[in-house]
Amino acid sequence: MSYQIVVCIKQVPDTENLTSEAMKDDGTVNRSALPAIVNPEDLNALELALSVKDRWGADVTVITMGPPSAAEALRQMLYRGADDVVLVTDRKFAAADTLATSYTLSRAIKSLPAPDLVMCGRQAIDGDTAQIGPQLADKLNLPQITYAAEILELNDGHIKARREFDLGYEIVRSPLPALLTVPDSANSPRPPSAKRLLSYRHMRAPGENNRNKSAPRVKGDAIKEWAAADIGCEPERCGISGSPTKVKKIDSVQLVSKDHVRIEPTEEALSELMKTLMQEHTIE
Amino acid sequence: MTELNIDSERCNLCEKCLGVCPFAALKVEGGALQVTELCVLCGACVKKCPEDALGIAEVKKSVSRVDSGRWRGVWVVVERDPGRGAAAIEPVSCELAARARCLADELSTTLSAVVMGDALDDVTEELCRYSFDSIYRVESERLADFRSDIYASVLSELVMKKKPEILLCGATADGRAFFPRTAALLHTGLTADCTALAVDPARRILLQTRPAFGGNVMATIECPEHRPQMATVRPNVMPRPAPGPVRDVELIDFSPTSGALRSFVSVLETIEAEPGTAGLAEADVIVAGGRGVGGAEGFELLSELAGVLGGVVGASRAAVDSGWMPYARQIGQTGRVVQPGLYIACGISGAVQHLVGMRSADIVVAINTDPGAPIFEVADLGFVGDLKVIVPQFMRYLGDSARSMKKSTELEK
Repeated sequence: MSYQIVVCIKQVPDTENLTSEAMKDDGTVNRSALPAIVNPEDLNALELALSVKDRWGADVTVITMGPPSAAEALRQMLYRGADDVVLVTDRKFAAADTLATSYTLSRAIKSLPAPDLVMCGRQAIDGDTAQIGPQLADKLNLPQITYAAEILELNDGHIKARREFDLGYEIVRSPLPALLTVPDSANSPRPPSAKRLLSYRHMRAPGENNRNKSAPRVKGDAIKEWAAADIGCEPERCGISGSPTKVKKIDSVQLVSKDHVRIEPTEEALSELMKTLMQEHTIE
Repeated sequence: MTELNIDSERCNLCEKCLGVCPFAALKVEGGALQVTELCVLCGACVKKCPEDALGIAEVKKSVSRVDSGRWRGVWVVVERDPGRGAAAIEPVSCELAARARCLADELSTTLSAVVMGDALDDVTEELCRYSFDSIYRVESERLADFRSDIYASVLSELVMKKKPEILLCGATADGRAFFPRTAALLHTGLTADCTALAVDPARRILLQTRPAFGGNVMATIECPEHRPQMATVRPNVMPRPAPGPVRDVELIDFSPTSGALRSFVSVLETIEAEPGTAGLAEADVIVAGGRGVGGAEGFELLSELAGVLGGVVGASRAAVDSGWMPYARQIGQTGRVVQPGLYIACGISGAVQHLVGMRSADIVVAINTDPGAPIFEVADLGFVGDLKVIVPQFMRYLGDSARSMKKSTELEK
């Protein structure tokens, strides 16, 4: 038999590789200068799904909620081995918090063939909330296995997995279907395949073409694109209307320098430093 | 549909809004200001606009707005730390107890602890040393192993019965796994990984501050129309109170329905991590290495220094990504937040994502070959030079002083 797997991904600004071009003079970040990437741990989720496909056979569908430009993230997933991709996009989804996002994703997943496994990256680097996985599990009424670093067994309608966290690990067993969140320690994502890149690089979501009229219209398969109405989303439960939390204020973090001393690494300077540290009882 | 409204009559294309938008959602195209899908309606541009050309229409929420007047009290979901004994409480739960006491006082309401698990007598007594007015205890064999689904369903049952206005938990591995599920069950908002909490007593609103975009911005989040207001709080960002004497605290036992106690997940085996790793959050001295350490071998040198100082080794994301150190050692926005007395940063350039994890160290010593590295800006003492030269010098000096101290002790005898 072949397992049905849905992997949920997010396109994020690359907040971890701040280049000097992305820094403004006042020490804050110019987000528009950050490249858009697939959230790193979502690649680990895809890799875990593809490893299930390699071992036991599976059909891997990747979905993302985002603006039409997020179709690029889906193409990346096709290059790496996803069987099918769906772009969930609608102005009604804008400014969604995690509750509204997990509701919308749950509606999209219910519009797909019933999955055996739903996988998400542990967390996204733009928000670091780690909330979508557990909230989606609740919306789909599935058992959840957070921080799933390895699938040990998959049979008899059950999964046995190793959960990994900083204080150790845990082996758990759960019936299928189940939802997994995948940490970066799980695996090393496979690179895009050149052959797949050549076959999928022209695939576009309809919304991408509308917005960018200069782009050539490409024949052949289009990326599936679903709006709120297509997946039966109640409008008041998605986007900002369905979001209990509100961003009240955003402050850019500016690094304030401390009073600091620079010391030449000489013997005298070092002994002076050690003396100071000992006097202050920093070192016993 | 709510959107950012742009009054093109008033807008004079000064572009001041472009600079303040943390989401890069504004652009000037075709001689007009335009808003893209990236907008989350945070309102930063509305406040900045000198021409009052920007506005956000208030949105009418139709879904499950609650009568917030019926919700009262502040709750802290307390986690146990069985590795340190049956009575041990996660340090972050104690940190929360102290902060939540202030919030409850400002709201003139009560502070309660919620503790779930099996065999809770010792930990219940320990909780009486902190500033709670009452303790909700849920004791069941079914709660012996942590499992997100039943912890979430049990907690939501209790919440629906008692209706607290604020519900807090530590942003630990377990807290981050079951609190989101609880919020989804209760259909309310949750703010993850807060670094500061305050209240607006007039509106009885919890102001939840957290870093976002890799620590590059701080966002303050509210949950105005849903209850409870839920947040998880990062360990080590709030002061930890010392336990007091055991006080007489009201104890309320709660029995959840059998439905809430049903889980599909079974825990087959639990393995604790190697000793020492757990110490990172608690350590008084941390020697941390980054890309400049150059490899796993370089970390052996740092381990030696840490050994001499009685500290532990940490790492930046760059070092962890390079595979030189395990993720459990990572300090920063992703990874751990630490609060040691002494932090020695070796070969760490000091990306914001790292600095948010170690900024509250008492004394920061930085060693880096690049005099322009941002780490020097937050360091109390900076050494521009090669760590492979400086660290052995450190150790030689420490070795000498340890020997001379030993000698003087012997002389005294």
